[in-house]
Amino acid sequence: MNVAVLAGGRTPERDVSLRGGHRVTGALHELGHDAVLIDPGEHSLAEALQERSPDLCYLTLHGKEGEDGTVQRLLDLVGLAHTGTAAFECEIAFDKLLAKDALDRAGVRTPAWAPIEGTALRDLGAGAALGRAIERVGLPCVVKPSRSGSALGVSSVARESDLPAAVMAALSFSGGVVVEAAVVGTEVAVGVIGTPGESLPAVEIVPKGGTYDYAARYTAGATEYFTPARLGDDATAACRDAAMAAWDALGLRDVTRVDMIVDRDGVPWVLEVCVSPGMTETSLLPMGANAAGMGLAQLCDAVIQSAARRSVGG
Amino acid sequence: MAEFSIDRFVDLYAHRTSGMSASEVRALFAVASRPEVVSLAGGMPFVQALPTDDVLDVVRGVLAEHGAMSLQYGGGQGHLGLRERLVELMAAEDVDGDPEDMVVTTGAQQALDLVGKIFIDPSDLIAVEAPAYVGALTAFGQYEPRYLQIEIDDDGMIVDQLEEALVRGERPKFVYTCPNFGNPGGVTLSYTRREQLVSLCREAGIPIVEDNPYGMLRFEGTPLPSLRTLDPENVIYLGTVSKVFSPGVRVGWALAEQSVVQRLVLAKEAADLCGSSFTMLVTERYFADEERWRGNLAALTDIYRSRRDAMLESIDEHFPDGAMWTNPAGGFYVWVTLPDWFDTRAMLAAAVERRVAYVPGTAFYPDGRGGNQMRLAFCYPPEDRIREGIARLGSLLEDEQALYRSLHP
Repeated sequence: MNVAVLAGGRTPERDVSLRGGHRVTGALHELGHDAVLIDPGEHSLAEALQERSPDLCYLTLHGKEGEDGTVQRLLDLVGLAHTGTAAFECEIAFDKLLAKDALDRAGVRTPAWAPIEGTALRDLGAGAALGRAIERVGLPCVVKPSRSGSALGVSSVARESDLPAAVMAALSFSGGVVVEAAVVGTEVAVGVIGTPGESLPAVEIVPKGGTYDYAARYTAGATEYFTPARLGDDATAACRDAAMAAWDALGLRDVTRVDMIVDRDGVPWVLEVCVSPGMTETSLLPMGANAAGMGLAQLCDAVIQSAARRSVGG
Repeated sequence: MAEFSIDRFVDLYAHRTSGMSASEVRALFAVASRPEVVSLAGGMPFVQALPTDDVLDVVRGVLAEHGAMSLQYGGGQGHLGLRERLVELMAAEDVDGDPEDMVVTTGAQQALDLVGKIFIDPSDLIAVEAPAYVGALTAFGQYEPRYLQIEIDDDGMIVDQLEEALVRGERPKFVYTCPNFGNPGGVTLSYTRREQLVSLCREAGIPIVEDNPYGMLRFEGTPLPSLRTLDPENVIYLGTVSKVFSPGVRVGWALAEQSVVQRLVLAKEAADLCGSSFTMLVTERYFADEERWRGNLAALTDIYRSRRDAMLESIDEHFPDGAMWTNPAGGFYVWVTLPDWFDTRAMLAAAVERRVAYVPGTAFYPDGRGGNQMRLAFCYPPEDRIREGIARLGSLLEDEQALYRSLHP
């Protein structure tokens, strides 16, 4: 198959995306595909795709443009099939404010949260209501940009007086902010792949510095991972169910990663989903696949097969 | 159940590597290097100003005259002919030196590393100006020192703070400073403070590491005597051709007492045997023609001066009340201090989104302070791009202020 692997782009996750994209391209070669990496940060994507005319685009772009529906809409417009979730569902999944709402409405447990929009602060005097956010979620809490990945712009807040600075930091990355209750427990990531979706074994994340921040994610050795996660049978099953419930609630396709925290009672709380999971050597999805006995090539194959079935079937 | 090993050697690495990690700021710089972003971040010399014919002439001359020797190993101290030239180059700044008291290094950066290597044991105290050149902090940091941070003001390092520390009984192994148009402060150590620093350190028996990459890039005013000139015996002087010729040739040097030089040479040989014979000969030949290098340097200085002017003028026009900045008489950098509540590290993402980049202040302190500061480099982008970049940054600062006010009603 003639495949264009889209990686790179113009976001802070550019390097991470390129690292993953090169690995995916290699894996596709192994599978016998005619694969080439295209970096929309370097070339006009529309022109490059016209020239290449691929049968399928394999998306390993991260962050805005890559995960928020932008690139998906462009591909729809030029009539090219792509791996992963469709544009509209991407837009919802990528925006934590929308995604948490959708999860909550579908009955998927997600930690209590309060939304703060930059525009509301600037134009509507929302700063006066900041205390309400703390009332709703309690302390400590986690402040996240609504539309960003790789824990960029995320901070933990232990005192109410630290909230404004954390909100400003998050707004540097995104127009909106999620103030979320901090759940104490075991951090895990569950990959879901294929059509219909099947969950991979949960990967347990134990950052040595205590926080799974950008450095902990991308410095080899800064975090310990356990596959499958060291959870009891009930909690393991609950994680699998939560991942599949999130997958269904958000209308995801082909490949995704569901991040959650399992509290002390073994109850998983879904934090967010990632429609274009990292594919680097330190990434969680390939680890989960590995625990299921799948190498990188098999993982990519499963994603491609899932997308190809759809493009053939219409 | 299996522990998934990302790095099977993780338990074997030395403690000193613990700070070597991926960072958000690096991730943002990957985006900032894109052409649509005005980067006021990196301190890249504007080497395009160097006439290509001059370089070709020099390189051809080296190969014609030295042939295979230019491709061979050399001595650890560095090619003698080059050291003689570098002594002449220092003389242009009134710094005296003997070629025997010099070791040529791979950029002044290696000299910083070697100084760290021969002086610092883990937990030793060293005094550094604050803010200090980030490359010096990373070079010294590998030897796991503790830091005594001496703040700067418009007259450079506040030597009184060092004196107070010495009175308290602190005994740093050495004092590091970049006294001319320092990186990142852009300020110059005043004559009074130079004398004060030199006499204080001499009395206390503490060597001074004087890092002088920018001294020859003076836009106005009279040069001040180097610390080395004021006390040749107690100052380890570091120089480089990176800013006056080319950073790509990687030629720097350390000038010090014989006893220090001997150790530096042995440390240098342990690190890389010797510098590049080829680029040492290229550098020697380039500086052999005084009219040529002085002419090129004057042209380069004019370029940097007008870029500095463009930056200062547009900062004045676009930055909001409450921002303060230094007024460098040379070098590459303007140092900006914003109201305390600014977080320039977090704000970098928004800046890059608006297509302008800077270096957050925290990079220049060992202890994470400087959150409300930033370094702006005027050396590389042309004037119109500098003006555009500063205008973008100014509008971001205004918006951040409005946001701050809305969060503190």
